Amino acid sequence: MEITERSLWTMIHGMGFGALYLLLCSGAIVELWRRYAPAAESPVTVRDESFMRIYLVIMAVLAWLAVLSGAYIVYPWYRAVPPAGLADLSAYPRYLLLSKPTTSGWHNVGMEWKEYIAFFAPISMTMAAAVFIRYGRNLKHHPELRNAVLGFTLISFLAAGIAGFFGAMLNKNAPVDGGATIHLAEGK
Amino acid sequence: MKMSAHTSGSHHRGLPNGSGGAAILAAGIGAFAIAVLDIAADKVASVKSMMNFYRPTGPLSGVTMVSLILWLVVWGVLEWQWQKKDVAIKQISTIALGLLVVSLLLTFPPIADLL
Repeated sequence: MEITERSLWTMIHGMGFGALYLLLCSGAIVELWRRYAPAAESPVTVRDESFMRIYLVIMAVLAWLAVLSGAYIVYPWYRAVPPAGLADLSAYPRYLLLSKPTTSGWHNVGMEWKEYIAFFAPISMTMAAAVFIRYGRNLKHHPELRNAVLGFTLISFLAAGIAGFFGAMLNKNAPVDGGATIHLAEGK
Repeated sequence: MKMSAHTSGSHHRGLPNGSGGAAILAAGIGAFAIAVLDIAADKVASVKSMMNFYRPTGPLSGVTMVSLILWLVVWGVLEWQWQKKDVAIKQISTIALGLLVVSLLLTFPPIADLL
């Protein structure tokens, strides 16, 4: 059992940082919706507030790690230019996708959209974490602020979901592969 | 849009809302900057070449770096101006969320291609 260096980084980017961010989004949305609503009956304790602060900071960090590892580690491998006349484009995912009309849309729509909207997630979550650090449980008394943070979190969830979907489909149709091989276990 | 300071309301709710408004509006502007620069880099060859900060990543590097710097600068300026004030948060939030939604749509290639 083995994996290439590029596959490993693609997995860390998508299934590590990206998928974990998406999972945490649902928790943040539920918590902001239920606990910080002006009409919420149960009081927010200091412990709850600290937990949410750390939770949102972790989300922001994960979102930054996902987009920076995507843009500066995986994407350069994806968009590498093949030498002229090369018939086997499997090591050049962008050109492999563009070589066939049945797959070119995954690049022209999927990657072209994904590479930019993914950045909406760290911007939104950095804002959400900063607002929460400043206001904490006082958000219950600032319903407009809480609604805006919730709205940005929801849209960042959507943007990250779209980026994640296209990332998975792009990698299915033209995997980012190559580099050093890492042996994980011996086969029988 | 009036975003002037209000003194009433800031005391009974504890913290003034200006700091939150600054973060929210700056985030909307940051996202919108990404969308605008993405379209500009796609349509204008000189902008595309100018945005090529880091060759392996291409224009994505410049578009995002410029937008992120703009976002942080706008955030800093708004925070400095609004941190001790109550601002028209409903209007600010609506504008910021509107910018984010429009940015999501503008970056969608079939829509960007229509421009």
